[in-house]
Amino acid sequence: MTMNDQPIIIASISKGRAWVFGDNINTDIIIPFRFKSRTNDPYEMAKYAMYGFDPDFHKKISKGDIVIAGRNFGGGSSREQAPVALKYAGISAVIAESFARIFYRNAFTIGLPALEIPEIKGKVNQGDEIKIDITKFTAENIRTKETFHASKVPEFMRQMLLEGGLVEYYKKYKQFPWIQS
Amino acid sequence: MQTTSSSLQRQEKQDVSHIKNILDNKSLTFAEKVISIKNVETRNKRSQIISMAGDIVIVDVDLAMAQDSTGPLAIRSLNEMGIDKLHDPSKALLVIDHTFPAADEKVANLHALIRDFVSKHNCMKIEGSISHQHILEYLATPGMMILGADSHTCQAGCVSAFATGIGSTEIAAVWATGQLWLRVPETIKINLSGTFNKGVFARDLILDYIGKVGEDGANYKALEWKFSNDYVKRQFSMDSRACISNASMECGAKISVFPTDEITTKYLDENPRINNNMGGKIEIQPGTSAKYKDEFEIECDKIEPQVSGPDNIDKVHSIEELANVEIDQAFIGSSTNGRIEDLEIAAHMLKGRKVHKNTRCVVTPASVKVYEDAIRRGYVEIYLESGAVFTNATCGACVGTHLGALGENEICISSSSRNFVGRMGALSSKVYLASPATVAASAIEGKIADPRRYL
Repeated sequence: MTMNDQPIIIASISKGRAWVFGDNINTDIIIPFRFKSRTNDPYEMAKYAMYGFDPDFHKKISKGDIVIAGRNFGGGSSREQAPVALKYAGISAVIAESFARIFYRNAFTIGLPALEIPEIKGKVNQGDEIKIDITKFTAENIRTKETFHASKVPEFMRQMLLEGGLVEYYKKYKQFPWIQS
Repeated sequence: MQTTSSSLQRQEKQDVSHIKNILDNKSLTFAEKVISIKNVETRNKRSQIISMAGDIVIVDVDLAMAQDSTGPLAIRSLNEMGIDKLHDPSKALLVIDHTFPAADEKVANLHALIRDFVSKHNCMKIEGSISHQHILEYLATPGMMILGADSHTCQAGCVSAFATGIGSTEIAAVWATGQLWLRVPETIKINLSGTFNKGVFARDLILDYIGKVGEDGANYKALEWKFSNDYVKRQFSMDSRACISNASMECGAKISVFPTDEITTKYLDENPRINNNMGGKIEIQPGTSAKYKDEFEIECDKIEPQVSGPDNIDKVHSIEELANVEIDQAFIGSSTNGRIEDLEIAAHMLKGRKVHKNTRCVVTPASVKVYEDAIRRGYVEIYLESGAVFTNATCGACVGTHLGALGENEICISSSSRNFVGRMGALSSKVYLASPATVAASAIEGKIADPRRYL
């Protein structure tokens, strides 16, 4: 097994082009079991990002692109490989009307910004340029100049995200973010 | 400071008394009770700390599990964090179940990574049996806090455990500290009444419910199941409760729990726990004046056999709507419906009959124990005589990894957990979900078929 050890840390303010999806994009669509269960390398997982939608998705996106989705993004399996595959394929954030519970936790854990914005529905076209600010937890559609505020999360989750996820947070502070000192 | 044995005894009495206060509290849901007990503040202050829906608390975890497709990433995260000591290895469980035995070299290498980790840290390991079924058969107790890097961990709610799925790196954090943060979920109470008609099972009930509320109908919520009377209760065996708790994940439920009753107690008596230190002998009942986010009524006698799919679980249909959909494969297995009662009903239907010539039928027991029971009761022989394939215990075809993957445009009817695009193989393949009885009837006819004519 070859292993690429270079972690990706997403900047707190970033811009990217939108890829627009519908409701119930589940984790089997995001990365099928038979691929994610045969590697432990995030860069290898990235080759199967959104495979259930389009096996060539990882080749078609550009670094920094953003996934915009409807309700219940990431439903189904607990596989952490789902947000990992998206992040290492180059996706810099997922904005959805709502997220499935485990995917939402996993996205913060592995440092992929996940912004829950119920009113995003119908406000973004495929290819729109979107600016994400995870210090303020906002998303802006550059084309329409509309800014959206994402649902609030506990402060320790936002801190963990800003550091690049749980592993990076722990490496820096030698402590888990939910532990109050 | 030296602690005398009498002060220790006094301490234990205090612990028991504040836990008893929480258990007796009439205004708490099941989830609020268990999280209040497991809240590290309750332990630290040795007093009754009440956690209500919406609170974010840190809890002590009694069991933290990862399997062969989530464990490797948990191990990788632990290594990256430089953590080489587990908080309590006896509470860490690794299960090699999804692709067991290894289907190829890549899987074998990841299995080896897990085995090395287990021998280094001396934690628990199981190979073959599906994690959720093993936890039910040997480990789970009422009031236990179980976290697993597998979404169907919620199955242990059938024995009144607080059990839910999380990701790999968070399991790594639990292995390191014994704790994790949780948000106390709001609860939906489901009142069950009536008796099932012939050919209708727990799986039909939960598919019917998911069809009504949608794939996110219980997202972030706890489901609490309540029986209107003892007659209704007695139809829900432990196997059928396990099916419901397991499949509740498909509408996003965080936990799906059956309060402790005589069926729970009998099951635990007949299936002794192998771990004495993980949870006490407590019973968990929700408070009579607990506050619910929502209530839902299900009349069992109004439910018909259901078929879900393809591609989404909340797309449920009656059998008539899908009659004549020809199938290439029928799969009976998985943690959702691969238990002995499932194998029993399908064997009963297949006895003296043949699997249709255009269809293959794959039967996969959920655990080694289920496999042994199936041999002893003569079911394996019945399946082989019918032309079905009987495999070792594993998740297998459910995740399209081995022992029954689907090719281009193939159609499968399955008792397994999910029918998502490409779940069991090719992206163009289609999966329909149904009870083991409906799957067996379909195997006989080579198309989606009504089980009632074989019962």
